[in-house]
Amino acid sequence: MSKKSIVSPIARIVLGLILAAVFCIFAAKLVDPWINKIGTAKAKDVIWSIITLIAGAVLLISGIAELVRSLHFNRMVTNSGMQVKKVKHATIGDFFKKIGAWFANAGKAVANEFKDIVQTFRNGDWKTKLSFLVMGFGSIARGQVLRGILFLLFEIVFIVYMIFAGVHWLSLLPTLGTKGPSVVYNEVLDQYVSQYNDNSFKILLYGVLTIFFIIAFIYTWRLNVKQNKISEEILRSGKPLKSGKDDLRSLVDDKFHATLLALPLTGIIIFTVLPIIFMILVAFTNYDGAHDGYYNNLFTWVGLKNFNTMLSWKAVGGGQSYAATFGEILTWTLIWAFFATFTNYFLGMFVAMMINKKGIHFKKVWRTILVMTIAIPQFISLLYVSKMFAKNGIVNGTLIALKIIDKSKPIPFWEDPTLARVMVILINIWIGIPYMMLISTGILMNIPADLYESAKIDGASPWQQYRKITLPYMLFITGPYLLTSFTGNMNNFNVIYLLTGGAPANSAASTAAGTVGYTDLLITWLFKIATGAEAQYYMASVIGIMVFAVVAVISLIVYNLLPSIKNEEDFQ
Amino acid sequence: MMNKKKFTSPIIEMLIGALIAALGYLAFKRGGYYYKLTALTGRGVVFYILAALLALGGLAVIVVGITSLLRVSRYNALVESGDRAAASSLDRSMGIKAKRALSNTFIYVLLVIISVIWLIPFICIILQSFRVESTSPVGYIVPQQWGLANYKNLLNTNFPRWYLNTFIIAIACAVLQTVIVLCMSYVLSRFRFKLRKPLMQFMLILGMFPGMLSMIILYRVLKDLGMTQANAVPGLILVYIASSGMGYYISKGFFDTIPKSLDEAARMDGATRAQVLFKIILPLSKPIIIYTILTAFMAPWADFVFARYISLNNPIGMNVAVGLNTWLSKDQIDSMYTTFCAGGVVVALPVTILFMLLQRYYVEGVTGGAVKG
Repeated sequence: MSKKSIVSPIARIVLGLILAAVFCIFAAKLVDPWINKIGTAKAKDVIWSIITLIAGAVLLISGIAELVRSLHFNRMVTNSGMQVKKVKHATIGDFFKKIGAWFANAGKAVANEFKDIVQTFRNGDWKTKLSFLVMGFGSIARGQVLRGILFLLFEIVFIVYMIFAGVHWLSLLPTLGTKGPSVVYNEVLDQYVSQYNDNSFKILLYGVLTIFFIIAFIYTWRLNVKQNKISEEILRSGKPLKSGKDDLRSLVDDKFHATLLALPLTGIIIFTVLPIIFMILVAFTNYDGAHDGYYNNLFTWVGLKNFNTMLSWKAVGGGQSYAATFGEILTWTLIWAFFATFTNYFLGMFVAMMINKKGIHFKKVWRTILVMTIAIPQFISLLYVSKMFAKNGIVNGTLIALKIIDKSKPIPFWEDPTLARVMVILINIWIGIPYMMLISTGILMNIPADLYESAKIDGASPWQQYRKITLPYMLFITGPYLLTSFTGNMNNFNVIYLLTGGAPANSAASTAAGTVGYTDLLITWLFKIATGAEAQYYMASVIGIMVFAVVAVISLIVYNLLPSIKNEEDFQ
Repeated sequence: MMNKKKFTSPIIEMLIGALIAALGYLAFKRGGYYYKLTALTGRGVVFYILAALLALGGLAVIVVGITSLLRVSRYNALVESGDRAAASSLDRSMGIKAKRALSNTFIYVLLVIISVIWLIPFICIILQSFRVESTSPVGYIVPQQWGLANYKNLLNTNFPRWYLNTFIIAIACAVLQTVIVLCMSYVLSRFRFKLRKPLMQFMLILGMFPGMLSMIILYRVLKDLGMTQANAVPGLILVYIASSGMGYYISKGFFDTIPKSLDEAARMDGATRAQVLFKIILPLSKPIIIYTILTAFMAPWADFVFARYISLNNPIGMNVAVGLNTWLSKDQIDSMYTTFCAGGVVVALPVTILFMLLQRYYVEGVTGGAVKG
């Protein structure tokens, strides 16, 4: 068994580092307000920074993972001096294969369903055949009255709904309404009054709901068909069918999960899934403050227009283009998420190690002081801290009183772009360290003490112990946490909004929809666009979809490269 | 055979320290250059901070170098005098003890500094809430005149209403959200059904959409139901609890740690799944139930975005976060700033006390959740 060469991973890491450096150059161009003279963010800078960032990150991470693997492998080869079973690891290629396989499987599954339905119809008796039209008939005819009635009831409700409402909403869905509000003469009142007609908002909402309902119906119909097939098989084998009583009993026993999930899932479907689908659709309409769909103008489908606007380099309204603004904000969002995550991660671990060190007293006191920032609602602490660093705030006041700075020149913590960006990252440390401290305290205690003992006997320095034992252990266990915390920070609305509100304003990057600031993240930009004077909901939706795309891509890549994708059953 | 130790490593340490300090000096010069240019003041400040850090770090490294220099010279003196036993014991004891004492002192100093930084804002806000000589933000910490005027002033505003709103929401969330989260996480931890994996993946993907997007439509829907503005409280409760099932991760992690053999034994004895849950699992789940109640109770006190959007400038329907924030707007801050501080204290006090009392459960939840992922 030969050792693996470590040339290729190292080459990958070097290339990744070079790309990272190139990214830094472009990112600096975009982010640094001095190099980047107002309004000169170039299209190619944005594109190049994104390309180099993604390519660099992929190369770096995969290179490091590969290197660790090869080294580990080589050590095993050296130690054992004999054959080592080859362990297969996930690669990006595998990931694409997985996606392909998924689609192939999905296609096969659908085909099988159809085959099964046809076979059920062919082989079934007349009860089964009639059930294809009248749901639940087979069940009732075979004595499972409760099930049958539920199926039938569902079908009746569905048909009634479709006739009296569903068809109406579905027919309006392609246009989102044609008759806008108008002013008509009212004879009774003897004056002109506004008359409201179609409501685009409701059409879209109920249209989506109707589609949900149709899908639910198809699923239930399929259940009904399957039910018939199963019942027939059971009867053929001579066993009795379950009675209604058994069905009810199974709701607290075998099917207890269905009972427990009913309420939470209904909530999620109505208040999370439906709004998300609705808002994705809004990105393809012109729904905004001026087209609210009922009171002033209807809104309608506009196709990919909004995405074109977001990705076009044409300047709007005297400022720069949407694409340039998007690129600037995305770059800052990624930089922010990177620093916010890793400063908290390492400093939190560091603080936890300090508090947990042998010979340090008052451990509980230190911990309690630190968790104060978790206990006190963020809006109080963050709003207060933001006022502390204002030009006339306590920090400047104290520095002036101590004669460290000149009275006429208070430090512009929130007015200066670079300083404001550094400040939000620093204050985020204040908020974020305690969480990480608590988490790593738990993990650090779980590291087997004999690992350290034997390391000490071998003469390892504290730094070596940290690098060879603590850090790998922590990284292995908290890998998924790091990922969620990175994506969480990308969407960390509270810290940015309460501290700066996005300020200082970036006049060039500001778009027709509202003012954009140097500390704005994509998520606060979205909020500003949605709540601004023009209320461009469609643009907010486009940004929301972009945020999702970025988060999903990062998560997928990292998740597939993480060595600690663990089998959850292992823990049980 | 005992050799003298060389002075190379301490000297290198000192040199590195000097190098770092020199870098600090360069940063200081650079900072001064930027600081003089009006447009680049902020960059100047950043460089000053960097300079201070570098100088401190450099000094620390030099100090370490000097101590090891002293140690090496004492060691060498002992070796020269032929006292080998003393030398080797010095090598061991000095090395370990001195190092431990040094690092512990260093850690204590750091911890004290961190604690001060962590507490200063809270001390400031408490002090400011007792300041009565003016109501606007000022640049000093200790009030010149003390009094309770700000707290009395709170009663003349909408603050009691906001407090009550938030309290009602918090109680409702604590009860309903806990039930929903526990149902969800228990099912996903204990049951193996066909749609389980797809469901979990689906919720993972759902979580990648910024929740803020749904705000727009939820507002319109709640408005049609008459649950916005003045009636925002039921609307907010509905929004908070409806999607709370998505936050099942931590309690699922907890349920995963309860051995499955307990369930199986009970099932063997003829217990239904429901009986297993109520008679066996729930009594064992006190920590995670308290954790869920605690987080569900605390969240409404801090929610800002949804509460603001759904109450939409109507003071009757606001929660404390939105209400207190209106006092920091440009036209109100000079007359309401100290009242804001008092309000902040009144809000933070009960929440903090509750948190501190139940801290143990919180720590268990957070640590368990992260380890489980």
